[in-house]
Amino acid sequence: MTDATTPSALPQGGNMTDQTVRAPQTVSRTPKARNEGEEAYLEVTDLHVQFPTADGKVQAVQGLSYSLPLRRTLAIVGESGSGKSVSSMAVLGLHDRKNTWISGSIKVGGREVVGMTEKELMSFRGAEAAMIFQDPQSSLHPYFTIGSQITESYRAHNNVSKRVAKKRAIEMLGRVGIPNPARRVDQYPHEFSGGMRQRAMIAMALVNDPKLLIADEPTTALDVTVQAQILDLIADLQRDFGSAVVFITHDLGVVAEIADDILVMYAGNAVEHGPVDKILGTPLHPYTWGLLESIPAVSGTPGPLHPIPGSPPSLLAMPSGCAFHPRCEFRERVGGDLCRTLKPELISRTADQGRTSRCHLKEPDKVFETEVLPRLP
Amino acid sequence: MTAAATTRAKPGVPVKEGSPLLELDDVKMHFRTKGDGLLARGTKWVQAVDGVSLTVQAGETLGLVGESGCGKSTTARLITRLLEPTAGKINYQGVDIAHMSERQLRPYRREIQLIFQDPYSSLNPRHTVGTIVGTALRTHDMVPKSGELKRVQELLEVVGLNPEHYNRYPHEFSGGQRQRIGIARALAARPKIIVADEPVSALDVSIQAQVMNLLENLRSELGIAFVFIAHDLGVVRHFCDRVAVMYLGRVVEEAPRDALYEKPQHPYTQALLSAVPDIAVVRGVPPKTRIRLVGDVPSPVDPPSGCRFRTRCWKAQDICATQDPPLDAKAPDQLVACHFAEPPTESIVAEPAS
Repeated sequence: MTDATTPSALPQGGNMTDQTVRAPQTVSRTPKARNEGEEAYLEVTDLHVQFPTADGKVQAVQGLSYSLPLRRTLAIVGESGSGKSVSSMAVLGLHDRKNTWISGSIKVGGREVVGMTEKELMSFRGAEAAMIFQDPQSSLHPYFTIGSQITESYRAHNNVSKRVAKKRAIEMLGRVGIPNPARRVDQYPHEFSGGMRQRAMIAMALVNDPKLLIADEPTTALDVTVQAQILDLIADLQRDFGSAVVFITHDLGVVAEIADDILVMYAGNAVEHGPVDKILGTPLHPYTWGLLESIPAVSGTPGPLHPIPGSPPSLLAMPSGCAFHPRCEFRERVGGDLCRTLKPELISRTADQGRTSRCHLKEPDKVFETEVLPRLP
Repeated sequence: MTAAATTRAKPGVPVKEGSPLLELDDVKMHFRTKGDGLLARGTKWVQAVDGVSLTVQAGETLGLVGESGCGKSTTARLITRLLEPTAGKINYQGVDIAHMSERQLRPYRREIQLIFQDPYSSLNPRHTVGTIVGTALRTHDMVPKSGELKRVQELLEVVGLNPEHYNRYPHEFSGGQRQRIGIARALAARPKIIVADEPVSALDVSIQAQVMNLLENLRSELGIAFVFIAHDLGVVRHFCDRVAVMYLGRVVEEAPRDALYEKPQHPYTQALLSAVPDIAVVRGVPPKTRIRLVGDVPSPVDPPSGCRFRTRCWKAQDICATQDPPLDAKAPDQLVACHFAEPPTESIVAEPAS
């Protein structure tokens, strides 16, 4: 059924592996420096997303602002319930409008998404912005062939014949590295492996050349070796298509590999935002410190983990002041009960103007150097 | 190993002196599937586990890593005897339990416990926590009926839950807390070995670290041996003394933790380690060599001849297709199944810059 099983029938020589195996290679990637005055393609300003429920108002996103130019990758990091997926679904207008209350502004390529009619959204989604979902198993329709699912999206935005659309689908499947695309295009999702399904999802998202790609945990369900392939592919495609990519993940290792900028979210708020080498190199927010201290590494000396105590707050009953203060070990350092009473602003806390964090703690860079860095795993 | 005298350490569980706590000897598990199509002929066999040999000493933690479909969960189910192996021996304290009946297995069920991956589906939503943990106590006659509640509360406290919450239902707890309930249930039987099948992979990063620290404490305080199954190589490195890497139903490399992570000799282990995204690169650590495997794991119904990894291996030669490499000691204590095993020439995990 799959290509991989075919070579097993007979013992074959080593040369059969020529096309499929590459020698080890060194991959190095440096985050792109931000150019001054680069025009933002995606601009989110003071975004609030709330869901009214029987138990009260769920404040999923509380005043999120960021901007992203073309050819850059922004990683949104956070635990479940931090609002990372909810805010990104709002960018595509994917929320049920009856049960969601959205305020603020989301501009994609200069067009305002908040308040678009369903008809406007239909022509916007797919053509200008597209999304890759976490679980390719449940995001592909099991009754339709891969090809028909890709052509449906292409024909919705382009007035072309079925034949032309199918040609385009084959081209896209080849582009995302699916072997033998002309045959694969007529197969059903169950005939694809997990990694191939995710490739097909990416082909489907990119078929209309969207300038904005939102990837919601695209590699979480995949094995590490397949994850590495998909990360390479997304980086390749971004270079070729010149698109802006929002990458939602909880894996800081993936962020270090793929992102230029990083936005750390906690309980509906951005707590830290800036270039990836700075935020992961010298983080300034106690929550980011806690995340880094919780991850067992594959290199270096294994040491004890220092997890963040407690669990994230309920979005129905947010703590007063800083949302992180009940779990924060540094709250005693801030005088005057400030953490409990006043929500800090997302502003730059050090001389470096290129990054912001949401914390009252004085001189966070020194605290990180002297107290947190020595105990990182 | 010398004396074959069988002593009874605990009621019902015979011990052969000098034998390891758990020993898997060439264990195979083949599942039957139907052929394709309407007029399919003959049955096919999924070789989920095909000749696995492992040893776990008392109090030791053995990590099992590999990609999905490599047979690590099936191995967990074989060790706990939720499955009966097609062939091979599963020796628990020197006694083969591979084909024991349910009745004979009863005392072993107490000593070998399992922690599941998904804390949402592994707890009965209609039972209170007290019932869930209490059932484990009652099944194995651990305490008299009158002492049951007290013991349940003790166990809840051990795993870091409020003992007063024994009458709550699973849905009232968060994912991390539910996993703690699962751990309390496993501890109720006072096992000698716990098989943990991806116990932290469904949890958020900060909660994952809390549960790992809990397991770490239990191990050092109670001296329980662990078979720890995970796909996250960082988690396994943190927790395990020894690590076995599986690929397509076989163990391809087994070594003490540091040897495996610093000098992996099997190409698959090298590829696996090099594929892990490492956060150290942003702290000025030089980037590591990347080995990118192409393609997917072959189907276990019809695995490649010879070495099973050869279809994705960059070192593959003719001999790999014809001769199955045995799991041999290539370095002290390091078993590798490869014709061309050697330590990596370039760094495949990021090393500290110092």
